[in-house]
Amino acid sequence: MSGGKGGRVSDLKRLALHDLHVALGGKMVPFAGYEMPVQYGLGVMKEHLHTRAAAGLFDVSHMGQVILRPKGSYQDTALAFEGLMPVDVLGVAEGRQRYGLFTDQAGGILDDLMFANRGDHLFVVVNAACKEADVAHMQAHLSDTTGVIAVTDRALLALQGPQAEAALARIVPSVAAMRFMDVAQLPSGYGELWISRSGYTGEDGFEISVPEAGAGALARALLDMAEVEAIGLGARDSLRLEAGLCLYGHDIDTTTSPVEAGLTWAIQKPRRAGGAREGGFPGAARILRELADGPARLRVGLRPEGRAPMREGTELFTHDGTALGQVTSGGFGPSVEAPIAMGYVPRGQAEIGTTLQGEVRGKRLPVTVAAMPFQPTTYKR
Amino acid sequence: MKYTKEHEWLRVEGELVVVGITQHAAEALGDVVFVELPEPETQVAAGDEVCVIESVKAASDILAPVDGEIVEVNEALSDNPGLVNEDPTGTAWFFKMKIDDLAVLNDFMDEDEYNELIG
Repeated sequence: MSGGKGGRVSDLKRLALHDLHVALGGKMVPFAGYEMPVQYGLGVMKEHLHTRAAAGLFDVSHMGQVILRPKGSYQDTALAFEGLMPVDVLGVAEGRQRYGLFTDQAGGILDDLMFANRGDHLFVVVNAACKEADVAHMQAHLSDTTGVIAVTDRALLALQGPQAEAALARIVPSVAAMRFMDVAQLPSGYGELWISRSGYTGEDGFEISVPEAGAGALARALLDMAEVEAIGLGARDSLRLEAGLCLYGHDIDTTTSPVEAGLTWAIQKPRRAGGAREGGFPGAARILRELADGPARLRVGLRPEGRAPMREGTELFTHDGTALGQVTSGGFGPSVEAPIAMGYVPRGQAEIGTTLQGEVRGKRLPVTVAAMPFQPTTYKR
Repeated sequence: MKYTKEHEWLRVEGELVVVGITQHAAEALGDVVFVELPEPETQVAAGDEVCVIESVKAASDILAPVDGEIVEVNEALSDNPGLVNEDPTGTAWFFKMKIDDLAVLNDFMDEDEYNELIG
């Protein structure tokens, strides 16, 4: 047998809960500059299925947590933040969170993120691999109106799945009243928790920012509950793929625009042509043009026939051999019990039901453009 | 049972050599979701990539351990790839080979040597 990937563990940063992951049997691998648990004893398949059936606890402390503290009014900070994203920031009500993405002058995506209106300031969560660049980007563009403060003394946990509410409510009962994309700052025995009802699995669930001093005890308290298991990055990836969610650096990056990526739902009316605050974000010319005329290519869901996964990098073709694009994420969906993928194809080939071919180990195999999510989402709206 | 440094096991069955992957390899791969088997009656050389195993994590190859002819493949793995995780050294064999001289198997590791390799 050959294959597999190694990686240097030296020079990697460690999570605050590193020792807990090791004690839980986590297999630690390099990811985005950190030693991260890719799986625990259950293995990727069972961890995935457990999250969909009960509740899974993920340590996502590698992600960047940032506070945007207005120097003047909240409105000035929100408007300045809108200057970096094609997103309606001003319209987000207090206590609510929204998906956003930083664009560059060419209309590509620098990172995707979540941000929340916490009354007198904004709280932002960005991808681990981009966090230094994101903080520098925000400092460069927001400093007239806003203090950009990287939060480095908090862990970030995600509790996901149909029993996440019941589990977390034993610790903080008021989370039961939260709806999808609500945020709250709630006192607990583990320090003040910054909770959002959101996640990256397609399931109902929560993301919980907790002071590092209380993070281990909170994780232990949750893991001691019968319905909660520790879940690694492997299952996190298969869960988000089934939910049709983009992974930055794979499905979206500076070579893809938000419109090509099918993220037009993240560009609210006030920022579009004819809106109250039309344009005014990097790459607006391209993005508004693509909104009006349609993009040249689109991110689509893909279902390979048979059982062989089509992984990232798989080349896609028409039946007559015309090269179309590539798979950007692909693997096996444990809940859909079949291989699934996403990738980019020209708009004319993006219709659901279109049959294409993907080249796997030199063989062109049939693959059908399919609706996403592959697995129905269960957000508590 | 003999072992290769590519984490395959070799078992003599009559005049044939049965090939599979070790428990250690199955655990390292994670949950297997797809197995691509070779065609029976294929002549192979040592080191040829003869099977593909796709796990939830990645694709890996099984290499022919010696020169010879693949005479039988385990079709049960096509329908139930998870067998590789459940019973890697038993029912989840991959293929059987006919080889010229079974004595070449003496070049491979025995169980103690293999256990030392995986430490």
